[in-house]
Formats: sequence, structure tokens, C-alpha cells
Amino acid sequence: MEHTLETTITVNGTRVTRRVSARQHLVDFLREELGLTGAHYGCEHGVCGACTVRVDGEIVRGCLMLAVQANGRTVDTIEGLSDSGEIAGLQAAFHRRNALQCGFCTPGMLMAAQDLARTRPDATREEIREHMSGNYCRCTGYHAIVDAVEDALKQSAQTGGKR
Amino acid sequence: MKPPSFAYARPGSLAEAFDLLERHGEDAKVLAGGQSLIATLNMRLSSPAVLVDVTGIPGLAGIAAAKDKVRIGALTTHRAVERSAEIGATLPLLAQAARHIAHVAIRNVGTFGGSLAMADPAAEWPACCVALDAELVLASRAGERRVKARTFFRGLYETDLKPGELVTAVEIPVPGKDHRASFMELARRVGDYAIVGVAALARAGAGKSGKALTDVRLAYLGVGPTPMLATQAMAAAEGKPAADAAAAAQAALDRDLKPTADLHTSAAAKMHLARVLTGRALAALAA
Ligand SMILES: Cc1cc2nc3c(=O)[nH]c(=O)nc-3n(C[C@H](O)[C@H](O)[C@H](O)COP(=O)(O)OP(=O)(O)OC[C@H]3O[C@@H](n4cnc5c(N)ncnc54)[C@H](O)[C@@H]3O)c2cc1C
Ligand code: FES
Ligand code: FES
Repeated sequence: MEHTLETTITVNGTRVTRRVSARQHLVDFLREELGLTGAHYGCEHGVCGACTVRVDGEIVRGCLMLAVQANGRTVDTIEGLSDSGEIAGLQAAFHRRNALQCGFCTPGMLMAAQDLARTRPDATREEIREHMSGNYCRCTGYHAIVDAVEDALKQSAQTGGKR
Repeated sequence: MKPPSFAYARPGSLAEAFDLLERHGEDAKVLAGGQSLIATLNMRLSSPAVLVDVTGIPGLAGIAAAKDKVRIGALTTHRAVERSAEIGATLPLLAQAARHIAHVAIRNVGTFGGSLAMADPAAEWPACCVALDAELVLASRAGERRVKARTFFRGLYETDLKPGELVTAVEIPVPGKDHRASFMELARRVGDYAIVGVAALARAGAGKSGKALTDVRLAYLGVGPTPMLATQAMAAAEGKPAADAAAAAQAALDRDLKPTADLHTSAAAKMHLARVLTGRALAALAA
């Protein structure tokens, strides 16, 4: 039985192949093999959302997925979304609304918020809170984060969804 | 934490999976979405030598609706159930319950069959399956067998699954056209496991004094070692208009439920909250 497996993942548009240990989490693969340190570990058991990345277009907990489970799939990280400009509006709103202090939770917050922007751009404040409830922040008290997401959704509605 | 080292295999067929499970016996663990299992590995609450990832087996995911029955493949994600128009039309109880399960990022990966196999007493799908009188399809080398959800859950995290056996699908009878569904739960935070929840179904028909509820079904989560079908409360509510049904069910409920305290909530508070939800759910069914 194999304890290490050849694994190919398309990360932020680039195909990478590595031999990885079966026990390696997707986040450790990104951080240690590829130097992509945007996805963080807060709790490492699915509760805090700091490790949020996208797999085949949908957000997942990077600490509850093994790298080998992502074999053959597409992974997008905060680095990819930031570089492509996909979340420029959200980033500006977080800045404007002081929606981060230490910044540890911010990559996960942005990944979760962008998922909402794509699936429910007309979300109410209540729906924003519900959607973001899986992401912990130990600094801001959440209010500013909800403000920022609300701002970004409104602004993107005004500009006809253009970023 | 990091999990201890293990081997990993991703069989491409049921036969291959049964081989692996047979060969490794107690050392092997089935991996579906991993949204419960990987968390327990990370916390080192479990340390299998081999993970058998069943997500590569074709035919185990997807929703198929026939006239009187809906079949949900074991590997269908919580999110796919939540988004399914067919589920919304035929089994609104599931559509209502889905958003209470964890968070989107977890619902995108966790599976229907995994939730039933896990049998967390505070989980949503097991209680819904008990209320809907669903039937699980289990497969092993020996062949296929069917078990009613109402007998599948045996105890705390304990099910009727035998070693080497997989949940492959769940078949759910579609309630009649004039049935209504209501799923309600109380949790400390959206997405947390429920403190108390109820999956309620009934036919709401015209009675002498307003709408009478018949075929009342009440299954509770978070108040016992398994999902709890409240047969006494159901019988008490049967045939009554909503307000009377609620009072009767609430009065009978302590014959069905003997909740035990958890970290945050006393047994008495759980019982109280179960009664409150019963009232709300029955009112919603008649609304
Ligand atoms: C932070 C957090 C919050 C959560 N909140 C909730 C919640 O509110 N409500 C809720 O219901 N769940 C919740 N969950 C759990 C989640 O719903 C899981 O997805 C689910 O319990 C298990 O499904 P899975 O596919 O992820 O199974 P896995 O984690 O892969 O497996 C779970 C168990 O079932 C076995 N198993 C899996 N599939 C099969 C199969 N087809 N046949 C036989 N055995 C199988 C595995 O061997 C393992 O023992 C939460 C999880 C986390 C991390
Ligand atoms: S590190 Fe993954 S959810 Fe906390
Ligand atoms: S800004 Fe510090 S955890 Fe959110």
C-alpha cells in the first residue's frame, strides 16, 4: 500500500506534479511544496475557515482535504484570485472599511466573500452574516468585515457586475 | 495537528473497494468527503493504517427522482442536495435542512451517505431520513441489502453497517401532494451542530375547526443518542388542528425524549427547547 503518491494539481492555472505523502493536507502542499502561504491554519479541524481555497471552482476547507484527494483537480488560492484581479473590488472594500487588523483571517474571508459575490451577488446583510459564519476573526468583531462585503456587493451591482 | 501516517487507495469500482476493505479489515477506514473523518484524523482521535477513498467509484453520486421515490447516491454532496431543483420540488424537508449543515465550504465536500454512516446524533440528514421513512441501500461483497433509516441508527455513532459494507444510496418515498414539511433547529451559531432540531411532516387538510394535521411525523436531533422518532407526540397530534396538535404533542413529548445535557445545555433546557420547536414546526405545517 502506498504512503506516498504522485499527485498532479493545477494550481492557479499552472500544472504541478509532486510525489506527496498521503497524510499531507492540501494547505501543507500549497505552503510547503509551492511556497503559497496565503492559506493559513487556524484550527486544523474545519472550524475557523482560515484555510479556505477553491477546488474545481468551489470553496473548501484546505485542512480537511488531503493533497492526494485533489489529484487531477484545479485549485485556486488567494494568490491566484489576487493576481488575476478577480477580488480587486473586495480587497479595496476591506481596505476602505478597515475589515482587517492582524490579517490572519483575511485570505479565508476574501475567498468566502468572493464565493458569495459569485453565487448570490444580491445577498442581504443577514445573508452575508450567514454565509461568512464559517470564518473566524479574532480581531475585528466582524462588523467591519460585513460592512466591507456589503459595500463590495453594492458597488459591483452599480457597475453592472464589472470589477 | 497533523494526522499520523497512513496509506491511501482510491479504488475505481465497488469490487475493488470490497477487496481493500476485506484485506485490511479493522485497519482500513472508508473516506468519502472527509469532513468528519479528516477532522478526527487531525485530532488523532482515530488512526487507521489505510484510507479507502470511495469517491472514484462511478455511479455513487447523483439524485434521481421517480414519481413516488427519490434516490440519492451516497456520494452526493450536501451542497448538491441543497441546490437540486428536484429535491426542492419533491422533498422540501431536505431543502430546508441543508442550510443548517455546517458552512458552504464544508457542504461542498461532505456527502449524504457519509453523514448517515457517521450517525452524529445532532446531524440533520439522519433525522430527516427517519421522518421521511427513508431506506438505505447497503452493499458488500455478499451483495446488497436494504435497511430502514428507522432501524439503521443503533446508538451513539453506531449504525447497522457491518465491516466491509458501504452505504451506496438512500431511497426516500415522496410524501403526498398535500403534505407539508418543516425543518427547524436551534444552534449557537449558524452552521454549528444543533442544540435541538426537529424534522416535521404532516398532511394539512380541512378539518372542522381549521386545518387538521394528519400523518404527523416528528423526528428530533440533538436530544438522544440517535435521531429520535417521537411516536407518542405524533399520535397525540394526529388529526387535530394545528394549535391543539401542538399542545398535545408538547405534553406527550417527555414520553419520547430523555435528553441528556451537553457542554452548554442542561437536559431540562433541551426538553424545553424541543417543545418550543415542536410548537413552531406544527404551526408552520398548518400555515
Ligand atoms: C466544522 C464542522 C461543522 C460541521 N457541522 C455539521 C452540522 O451542523 N451538521 C451535520 O450534519 N454535519 C456537520 N459536519 C459534518 C459534515 O456534515 C460531514 O460531511 C459528514 O458528517 C460526513 O460526511 P463525509 O462525506 O464528509 O464523510 P467522511 O468524513 O469521509 O466519513 C465519515 C464517516 O463515515 C464513514 N463513511 C463515509 N461514507 C461512507 C459510505 N458511503 N459507506 C460507509 N461508510 C462511510 C467513514 O468511514 C467515516 O467513519 C460538520 C463538520 C465540520 C468540520
Ligand atoms: S484551519 Fe481549516 S478550518 Fe481552521
Ligand atoms: S484580522 Fe486578525 S483574525 Fe481577523
